Amino acid sequence: MRVRVDQEKCQGHGRCYALAPDLFESDDYGNAHELHDGVVPPGREEQARLAAANCPELAVILEEDA
Amino acid sequence: MTDVTDESTVTDWATDFDHADPAWAADPYPIWEDLRERCPVAHSDRYGGVWLPTTHEAVSAVAYDTDTFTSRSVVVSNNRPMIPAPQGIAPPISSDPPFHHGARRLLLPAFSPKAVAALEARTRDYCRELLEAMGDRTEVDAAVEYAQHIPVRVIAHMLGFPEEDGDVFRGFVKDVLEGVDLPPEERFENFQRLDAYLQVQISDHLANPRDDLTTFLLGAEMEGQPLSPEHVRGSIVLLLIAGIDTTWSAIGASLWHLARTPADRERLVAEPELMTFAMEELLRAFAPVTMARLVKDDVEWQGCPMKQDEWVLLPFPSANRDPEAFERADEVVIDRKENRHAAFGLGIHRCVGSNLARMELRVALEEWLARHPVFELADPDAVTWSHGQVRGPRTLPLRVA
Repeated sequence: MRVRVDQEKCQGHGRCYALAPDLFESDDYGNAHELHDGVVPPGREEQARLAAANCPELAVILEEDA
Repeated sequence: MTDVTDESTVTDWATDFDHADPAWAADPYPIWEDLRERCPVAHSDRYGGVWLPTTHEAVSAVAYDTDTFTSRSVVVSNNRPMIPAPQGIAPPISSDPPFHHGARRLLLPAFSPKAVAALEARTRDYCRELLEAMGDRTEVDAAVEYAQHIPVRVIAHMLGFPEEDGDVFRGFVKDVLEGVDLPPEERFENFQRLDAYLQVQISDHLANPRDDLTTFLLGAEMEGQPLSPEHVRGSIVLLLIAGIDTTWSAIGASLWHLARTPADRERLVAEPELMTFAMEELLRAFAPVTMARLVKDDVEWQGCPMKQDEWVLLPFPSANRDPEAFERADEVVIDRKENRHAAFGLGIHRCVGSNLARMELRVALEEWLARHPVFELADPDAVTWSHGQVRGPRTLPLRVA
């Protein structure tokens, strides 16, 4: 599974890095960026889903493995 | 609600609504529910013309459409603002692109998660002091004695304003946000008092620079130019006004809900780790802030014939209760895991202080519950709510064990 923050949509609500601190981080402006090139480490899939399910701007994109 | 100069009582909310009406202040949710079903974008001739989208879809469409709508003023009143776009009266909330971007970026680092984390211990101390000051009384007012003080003290500290001036700040908040239906002359006088107070603080900071947001703004630059005095004052007004009654309302409304919902209160006490989700659900269900825009030019928008300089209210709390966007939208689901609520707005004007507000709300609830795990409404009829675009309890008598 991979995650990606759509930088055009992200407005820095900060839900993803609060709910999934292993997968996202904040920059100095509060905008979110994915960690580890967006690769979700094993066992962190639930964090990834939570992040996507709580982004008001629909800026967190999940890519499930085929 | 003493300063409501109500001309008439609203009879049809679809064609004559007034967001300063006592019925809206007391309980706006049935009004929005009715409108979402029969008239998703309502109109009123009051305030020189106001539109009211009520569905999540329509509210977000306005919030994202910065070409059709200007943020030049975000508080609906009988006045139109004097300072034109793209800066507006209180940048960046009142600013349009492209000016907005730079004005916002100046403020964001002071409200980043890291910067806010550094304020947590101080905030926790404030909360404990307030709880301590209530002593052993079994009836306390959680709005007057607790919620209203927390954000005031934090923002006063950040701006470098006297922390004992809380009453003065709350007076300004009332003037700006609740005095919307006053005659223009009276509203103007209120703004002059605010301006005079700010001038004193700004002069003091110019003479004695220190490590706070006021000194920062006075020395800040955008594109190599210092900020105009109007920009500095406007941003300070924004931080002072927007940082206070919003969070005060969120803390109060959350305690109000927990006071009347023992199951949620008991669960939150037993499972403190639930706070992350509980807080967001309380923000969704009782979002305090309704924003506003002005129509830039005559336009037909989603079938509505909008005229230049008509207001558009953005009731994020109504969007948050839209059953098309949320399951069980009208219920508080204290452990809701999927929650894309819009309490802090949507699009480029997302609340600059949302990280700070969340920290204050979390700490205020944690400290309250640690001190008073058992509490209930002392008198449900004695609870009063602010009127206007920021809604929260202004008196909240609670019986504590």
